[in-house]
Amino acid sequence: MANLKLVGVEKAYGEVKVLKDIDLDIKSGELIVFVGPSGCGKSTLLRMIAGLERITGGDFTIDDVRMNEVPPSERGIAMVFQSYALYPHMTVRDNMAFALKLAKTPQSEIDAAIDKAARVLQLTPYLDRLPKALSGGQRQRVAIGRAIVRNPKVYLFDEPLSNLDAALRVATRIEIAQLKEAMPDSTMIYVTHDQVEAMTLASRIVVLAGGGIAQVGTPLELYERPENEFVAQFIGSPSMNLLSGEIVETGARTRIRLEGGGEAWSTIATEARDKGLKVNLGVRPEDLVPASEGTGLYTGEVEITEALGEVTLLYFKKDGDRQVVAKLPGIHRELRHASVTLTADPAKIHLFSNGRSLLYRDG
Amino acid sequence: MHPAIQAILTIVIGVGGCIGYFWASNLFLDKVLFPARGPEAGRNIGRANMIRPWLFLAPAMIALGLYLAYPVFATLKLSLFSKGGDTFVGFGNYAAMMGEAKFWESMRSNALWLVVVPAAATAFGLLAAQLTDRIWWGNIAKSLIFMPMAISFVGASVIWKLIYDARAADQAQIGLLNTIWMKFEGGIGSVLILQILPAIMLGVFAALMVWLLWSLIAPMARGMREGIWTRLGRILGAAITLGLALVTAGWAIGAMTADLPYGTPQTWLTIPFWNNFFLMAVLIWIQTGFAMVILSAALRGVPEDTIEAAILDGANAFQIFFKIKVPQIMGTIVVVWTTITIVVLKVFDIVRAMTNGQWGSQVLANYMYDKLFTAQDWGVGSAAAMVIMLLVTPILVWNVYSARKEMR
Repeated sequence: MANLKLVGVEKAYGEVKVLKDIDLDIKSGELIVFVGPSGCGKSTLLRMIAGLERITGGDFTIDDVRMNEVPPSERGIAMVFQSYALYPHMTVRDNMAFALKLAKTPQSEIDAAIDKAARVLQLTPYLDRLPKALSGGQRQRVAIGRAIVRNPKVYLFDEPLSNLDAALRVATRIEIAQLKEAMPDSTMIYVTHDQVEAMTLASRIVVLAGGGIAQVGTPLELYERPENEFVAQFIGSPSMNLLSGEIVETGARTRIRLEGGGEAWSTIATEARDKGLKVNLGVRPEDLVPASEGTGLYTGEVEITEALGEVTLLYFKKDGDRQVVAKLPGIHRELRHASVTLTADPAKIHLFSNGRSLLYRDG
Repeated sequence: MHPAIQAILTIVIGVGGCIGYFWASNLFLDKVLFPARGPEAGRNIGRANMIRPWLFLAPAMIALGLYLAYPVFATLKLSLFSKGGDTFVGFGNYAAMMGEAKFWESMRSNALWLVVVPAAATAFGLLAAQLTDRIWWGNIAKSLIFMPMAISFVGASVIWKLIYDARAADQAQIGLLNTIWMKFEGGIGSVLILQILPAIMLGVFAALMVWLLWSLIAPMARGMREGIWTRLGRILGAAITLGLALVTAGWAIGAMTADLPYGTPQTWLTIPFWNNFFLMAVLIWIQTGFAMVILSAALRGVPEDTIEAAILDGANAFQIFFKIKVPQIMGTIVVVWTTITIVVLKVFDIVRAMTNGQWGSQVLANYMYDKLFTAQDWGVGSAAAMVIMLLVTPILVWNVYSARKEMR
């Protein structure tokens, strides 16, 4: 049960600001995921919330209490580290009990909390083992258990699944989702670079880029209505295609002529003064469909096909550094080296001007 | 020939000889004995590679056998023969040695050294390693603390002899310790610094030991299930801490009630019993640097995120140090401790150079030297050497075992 609020938070190392103007409102019970490319500062932001990094500017409050100078252990948070950070010389039980012992919790309460967490995480048979005698997945669960027994207001996860193999990652991801379900009141912040984790776990995603927040929204909002080209290309795999062109017809629907000669309609409304505006048209690979020649938005020669079973990825010949990728249902190996024309549903077309989506223009 | 030229010549011949040996022996193996050609080329390569490690090991094994293994057996034999080495006397030498007061004095001194020096050097080293960890002049401080390691034991003894030096009361004192000592005239300040302060420190140490004793036996009192060895370790540790607590408490009372001879310069090295500690200071001064360097590296190896996790769990600086860092480097602490223990058991130069075992400061190695080379008694001297070896061996085995465990 905690509302977190970040207002104008920044992190500077000397003159270099790695994070600036971070405004974020996190409601009690949310599972917020920080995603972004490596070096975007997502882990730093998490560590600032944890209190492991100093906040060099702005205000951070939990339930309206300013936390900037509060020691980490008094913030009511618990963190699960990427490397688990288990104490190697302590048994599973002692690992989980450490914080409670330091807080001088009565032994009976400690035992009860550990037994409960161990039951939930299926760790009961392993309580008297040392971490080195556990598998990666079990260690991960101990790390989560260590957080649970403290009954914190806020859970922080720093790329908790990145050290697990692919199968275990999916299983543990589901476990975390179930854990969240079982504790609907707890607030969780989860850092990852894996957008599948972000899309599946998050109630809201915070996309970080270049030291700031690129967009905050539910997973579907980010997928369907990206605010800018960065988010558009970051969410979704393969990333969204961007084609440059200009607006030739405005109104409730907009017609765009593309540099390659194609044309497309979009359901995004524009005004008369937008005519001639240079835009980037964005369309996701999975939204592209084959069309008869001369009617599509893009025509090109397929260079490589990747048949994945349920879909086939078509990689078109590069034009400059821009490569168009299409994702078609079924298997289409025969399209290799063929000339293919593509079109898309006008409702699935995104338009960006100067990197920003026309959907989010003021006024 | 000038000695320097001789030294250089020795180095050139020695190093050249080594290179020549490895080159020629490998050449012989590959070209003459098992050449990698002809119908058995493949098999010959395999056979040559089976032999090659022995070529590299042979010089060291021969040298160790000649200068280490053989002397052990020769010493064992000598220890069973009479003074001149001609008549077999069985364990007569050992019996004679046991009857000597000086031998038991050496055993007592060695036991004292064994308890104090490794503990003090490891503790100071750990303290220095931790305190110099994150400050900009940490490396400068570490270099200074490490420097005594570069001084020979005899050189260090000479330096410390000057510190302990005493002149007549009417002359200027050149010894640092006496210079400070002469500043105390017996007033309130003297009592405070020389009696109350040490008494408090000893009292705190005794209290610490009692606390340690309690934390060792408390789990047993609660009836915790554990292995027989853990339990034995607990009982042994409890006995040691109890002994230390009683002794230091006694010292604390002694410090409070002592009647100190103010105004008289002290010849520190002739004060029976306590001169042992003045000698130990030299070795502690030297070994602290060693302990610090090894433990500093170990502390850096403690994963940062376990420390961060402990911060989040609410541990303060002391708890992080004693409950997170120290347990994680316990293996290294054991290795450092046992390594210094072995040095201590062999201690000779410091005692030889500073007191030569007089005034109750004899140690085993110097006792052995006195018997062997001063009294020319090969039998008893060898028996003393065997005793030292028997004392060192278990610690050495444990040291090698812990060091290997650390490396894995």
